[in-house]
Amino acid sequence: MATQNKRIAKEFSDCTSSPPAGIKVTLADDSDLHKWHVVLEGPDNSPYTGGKFGVVIKLPLDYPFRPPVVTFATRIYHPNITNDDQGNICLDLLKNENWKPSTKIHGILEAVRNLLAEPLPDDPLEARIADEYRSDRKEFDKNAKAYVQRYAKGPLKFTTPGSSSEGTSEKKGGAAAVGAPGPGPSSSSSGGGA
Amino acid sequence: MDTDDEFMSNVSSEDDMLPDDSDNDLSGDEDFGFDDEPDHYIIDSQKDGAEKRKAAYDISFKVYQPADVQKQQNDLIDEVNMILDISKEEAAILLRHFRWNKERLIEDYMDRPGKVLDAAGLSRSSAGPPKMQVIPDFMCDICCEDEPGLESFALKCGHRYCVHCYRHYLAQKIRGEGEAARIQCPSEGCNLIIDARSLDILVTPDLTERYHELLHRTYVEDKETLKWCPAPDCQNAIECAVKKKDLDKVVPTVTCLCGHRFCFGCILNDHQPAPCELVKRWLKKCADDSETANWISANTKECPKCNSTIEKNGGCNHMTCRKCKHEFCWMCMGLWSEHGTSWYNCNRYEEKSGTDARDAQARSRISLERYLHYYNRYANHEQSARLDKDIYHKTEKKMVQLQKESGMSWIEVQYLNSASQALQTCRQTLMWTYAFAFYLARNNLTEIFEDNQKDLEMAVEALSEMFERPITELADPKLKVEIMDKTSYCNKRRVILLDDTAQNLAEGMRTRISFWSVRMANK
Repeated sequence: MATQNKRIAKEFSDCTSSPPAGIKVTLADDSDLHKWHVVLEGPDNSPYTGGKFGVVIKLPLDYPFRPPVVTFATRIYHPNITNDDQGNICLDLLKNENWKPSTKIHGILEAVRNLLAEPLPDDPLEARIADEYRSDRKEFDKNAKAYVQRYAKGPLKFTTPGSSSEGTSEKKGGAAAVGAPGPGPSSSSSGGGA
Repeated sequence: MDTDDEFMSNVSSEDDMLPDDSDNDLSGDEDFGFDDEPDHYIIDSQKDGAEKRKAAYDISFKVYQPADVQKQQNDLIDEVNMILDISKEEAAILLRHFRWNKERLIEDYMDRPGKVLDAAGLSRSSAGPPKMQVIPDFMCDICCEDEPGLESFALKCGHRYCVHCYRHYLAQKIRGEGEAARIQCPSEGCNLIIDARSLDILVTPDLTERYHELLHRTYVEDKETLKWCPAPDCQNAIECAVKKKDLDKVVPTVTCLCGHRFCFGCILNDHQPAPCELVKRWLKKCADDSETANWISANTKECPKCNSTIEKNGGCNHMTCRKCKHEFCWMCMGLWSEHGTSWYNCNRYEEKSGTDARDAQARSRISLERYLHYYNRYANHEQSARLDKDIYHKTEKKMVQLQKESGMSWIEVQYLNSASQALQTCRQTLMWTYAFAFYLARNNLTEIFEDNQKDLEMAVEALSEMFERPITELADPKLKVEIMDKTSYCNKRRVILLDDTAQNLAEGMRTRISFWSVRMANK
């Protein structure tokens, strides 16, 4: 346990003293090194620019021999991130069979932010969004921006499903409103950011 | 089962007839009572077995025990080690990388050794044998420990980690993920594979066995001609050259040394005479349809006009089809309008509209009934085989009892064992003949098939009945002879059925006259 904490403590101080571009890291709870809260700024030259995304990193007990679990707490319109309140990410280096214990969270955060700049539509979690990304980039950008407007502008929340009933119900309400393409985002933008 | 071991060690598929053979050997007279049998195909006794015609369903295969599998791997490794002049560890990694295709490995390596080594994760920089080292001022990049005297290890790539982390990493891979042959250096982006010699140093004793077992497995899993025996706790592998594309005309049934009989094509239990594809469809159909079909058959009728399946959910006989709005009477299936004023009381069975509707109904139910006909017989044999097996477990007790009560010797009561085994194998075959028959195209071959099926079924039922007699009757020498006759007869009928069917299958494929057709049964 002690050795693991040494590694995690070192990684945490690395990430706070010289964080990757556009990223800010804090501990969810000062007494627990295994849960991190990350604020990720949408990269420039992407539809996510100007948005602030909450990302939760959970380190398993036998970290670094098993990969951390990274999820988006802020909803996002992206081919490789589930379009629901789970916010699961499909990233090769986070898969069990590809994970190497020498991989650092610093690198993961860069990879996640890079995924926003350059989605991987050939390895999608959301097949429909991936299709749209490939065939109708304009429409994709429009939808992604609408999501940013609706979810990634207000104060950040890191509630993950189950941890707060208030948080989940708020998110579910949002999902229903945006469900209809086109007028959805604009008409519901007033109700969103809360 | 284990009493068969000595017979089963004969590695050819002639094991098929062993229950029969053993019976014959014991009785010392194999053809009594069969003078009226057609003699075009009589199983010869073992002494001239080598000369007998190879049955059409026979395929050749070999059973390998764990030591044999190990030896094969070692031989291949030695060979590559000599030809390519590389270490055994590297030869092993290369062979695994090439999925044990030695020829391709040698060819590719001769062409472009550098590329092959890179692809397999073998860097070329030469260094001494791998060893653990203590290096001053070393800090492990995984755990961030830097205490003096910390032992560390690195592969040829130079990515150095403390031994503790290395072991934890390997334990996670070997125990957690079941990986062995392709574990890479723990460094991010480094695809160097950890070789066997390094692993031998690093892997803790409690994992060594698991690790070697996993390595051992990849050999069989990588080779198309090898498969593991699927029986629980059996460690043998079977080699069979039957190609995947030939599975429509052969049913490659193999018998492991452990006694388990299975199909090499799909690893399911022996399903002769039905081909794998048919078995797959049949099992799927059964899983999807059987309960549903039974329920539909028992609880519904079809709308006389549009054939929608309808369940009656109220007491009134006046039915209105939701789909086509046709109004009819549930009892007689005739037009409701013809019922006049006799509401809720149908006594019009003889009216024409009703008779016609019922005929149409019957016709539309034919395919359902047809399926249920075959399914119920299939399921019945499956169940009977289970029941026979229960009896088999009691047989052992019976045999001991018989020895005591009648003064017979151990060998003299073995006929019960043979009978029980014959029942098992024959029922297994019968079960699949019904699945097969469901898909059979109707022609003169079908008749022969059904005759064969009938003969075998009658013989099996007769034997099953004798087998269940009380112990006092079993001791009767006359019944003993009868059981032995019947056992032998059952086995012969089974061989004839399998042989005929296998020939027709092979022939049908050659002449393009389909012996069975999935399309037909799907409609």
